[in-house]
Amino acid sequence: MRYNKIALYGLLCVAAVLILAPVFIMVSTSLKSMDEIRNGSIFTLPVDPGFGAWGKAWFGDCAKTLGEKCGGLSSSFLTSVKIVIPALFLSVGLGAVTGYTLAVWKMKGANIMFAALLVGMFIPPQVTLYPLIIMVRELGIFGSIPGLVLVHVIWGVAFTTMMFRNFFKTVPQDLLKAARIDGAGFWPLFWYVMLPLSLPILGVAMILQFTYIWNDFLLGLTFGGRSGQPMTVALNNLVGSQFGEKEYNVNMAATMLTALPTLAVYLLSGRLFVRGIAAGAVKG
Amino acid sequence: MNGVELRGVTKAYSGLTVMENINLEIEDGAFLVLLGPSGCGKSTLLNMIAGLEPVTDGSIHIAGRDVTALEPDERDIAMVFQSYALYPTMSVRRNIGFGLKMRGMPKADIDNRVGEIGELLQISPLLDRKPSQLSGGQQQRVAIGRALVREPSVFLFDEPLSNLDAKLRADMRVELKRLHERLGRTIVYVTHDQIEAMTLATRVVVLDKGHIQQADTPENVYRRPANRFVASFVGAPTMNFMDGKLVQYGDGIAFDGGMGQLPMAGLPAKARDLIGQSITLGARPEHLMFDDTGVNARVLLAEPTGPDQYVRLTVAGTEVTARTGPEQQFKSGGDARIMVDGARVSLFDPQSGRAML
Repeated sequence: MRYNKIALYGLLCVAAVLILAPVFIMVSTSLKSMDEIRNGSIFTLPVDPGFGAWGKAWFGDCAKTLGEKCGGLSSSFLTSVKIVIPALFLSVGLGAVTGYTLAVWKMKGANIMFAALLVGMFIPPQVTLYPLIIMVRELGIFGSIPGLVLVHVIWGVAFTTMMFRNFFKTVPQDLLKAARIDGAGFWPLFWYVMLPLSLPILGVAMILQFTYIWNDFLLGLTFGGRSGQPMTVALNNLVGSQFGEKEYNVNMAATMLTALPTLAVYLLSGRLFVRGIAAGAVKG
Repeated sequence: MNGVELRGVTKAYSGLTVMENINLEIEDGAFLVLLGPSGCGKSTLLNMIAGLEPVTDGSIHIAGRDVTALEPDERDIAMVFQSYALYPTMSVRRNIGFGLKMRGMPKADIDNRVGEIGELLQISPLLDRKPSQLSGGQQQRVAIGRALVREPSVFLFDEPLSNLDAKLRADMRVELKRLHERLGRTIVYVTHDQIEAMTLATRVVVLDKGHIQQADTPENVYRRPANRFVASFVGAPTMNFMDGKLVQYGDGIAFDGGMGQLPMAGLPAKARDLIGQSITLGARPEHLMFDDTGVNARVLLAEPTGPDQYVRLTVAGTEVTARTGPEQQFKSGGDARIMVDGARVSLFDPQSGRAML
């Protein structure tokens, strides 16, 4: 018993170190000056920690760029927010309504529709990239934020629909009958009965969709164009296409900045997230 | 006229007919119990009255109105479910008021009505709790409250007491009966529990395999079962059946089932027409009496229940149960002599199972 506990904690510590080591290196490097980086090991703590690199990563280095923009991540952060907010609410909202319809209303061909959605979910996005480009181009929104939002919604809806449909399938039939007798139609049943029941699932879907969309690189690169460049794409440009000496501290700071929102969402919603995952197993 | 009428109601699932040509008239203020084993179609029938399942053919009339094509909320009915089916995310107050809200009733009126119902059912202190914070019996009351608040013409109950423990079930039974007497509304109540049927109903409809076997008062269903199915389904312990024939016995009639002649005093006069025919004798445990002038029987086992005891016997190879007072002592394997009360027994056609008297 005692030895088991020691082994367990040992294992957990090893896992934690493995996962946290890169984060530690990133944070510590981002706080160092370039001189210190050049002369020291990456594992040493910063001698004179400063946030200069973080500022450079956020606001850009105006001495380096020739145009009016300084090339920091701040503007693409805003772009990412503009992409994530509508894409998140549209994909989760549509998924909730679609999942509810598929699960609750005896619609002809509901199972075929659901199978089609599942197929859509398991096809890697790279495969449908080109047809999607043509579709979005024909709609006249290629290379813009609305175009990118549309693609994210198309990709997200299959996943969110599956989550909500599977949850709503577990709602007892008697409850639906009671609502019908009370006179709740399609929307009242959804709004007053089903959606409040699905709050844990709603939370999980929001968190996962936020993470997917925020972390996405491929779709952002392909569909965003210049005006719809999300933070991940901007980060890649910042890290990959500088001339002169590589500013590791700025790169590390920029990477941390890009990862912070998803990290914050997980930390702030950790309890809700776990509850949502457990909600599938326990009947409310 | 707030009754219910079913005319030629038929239900089929993808070509398979599960219920054919059901005709039933439920008068205003009746407490009608649909009784039957699981799978007999009683819940399907209730769901069709509620409008939760469409009818394949025929029509349903509630309060004199043809509601066959109407949605459940347009039928002027309310339903209580076995699982209570309370909305888990809403407080008791909102649960009860939800149907009124869906009808667009002003909030102040809803609050008044919910308050009245809360007092009527003695759940006022619980109004702001969630269903998960209530006991089974309290949830049951809320479910009944949700039905009452809408003041419908007809109440539908789908095995409402099955999820309660025995004591609470007996209490709720009494309360339901009192509620029916006070409100005087029509109730259609589905159960497989014959005690509930006997105690609550003003009229019992026994269903089996999608057919109405008998529709009558509880007394008649018990005393004059229409066929062998009803006879064996209603009553516990179940009715004893013995195959044999009626024979002349002095002035009267006796039953001959191979155990000697069993005289049956009190058999109605028209039973004389059946003399010589093969019949199935149906005698409830209380119709068998221990009497020294009766026929021989062997005691298998005596089961005392407190107020009386059930004695299992074999008579000419047939196992029967007799009910008697707790005073008499029986030894397993001992001998006894039994008689049958001819005034109360039933006679069935051995082929069709129909009652012959």
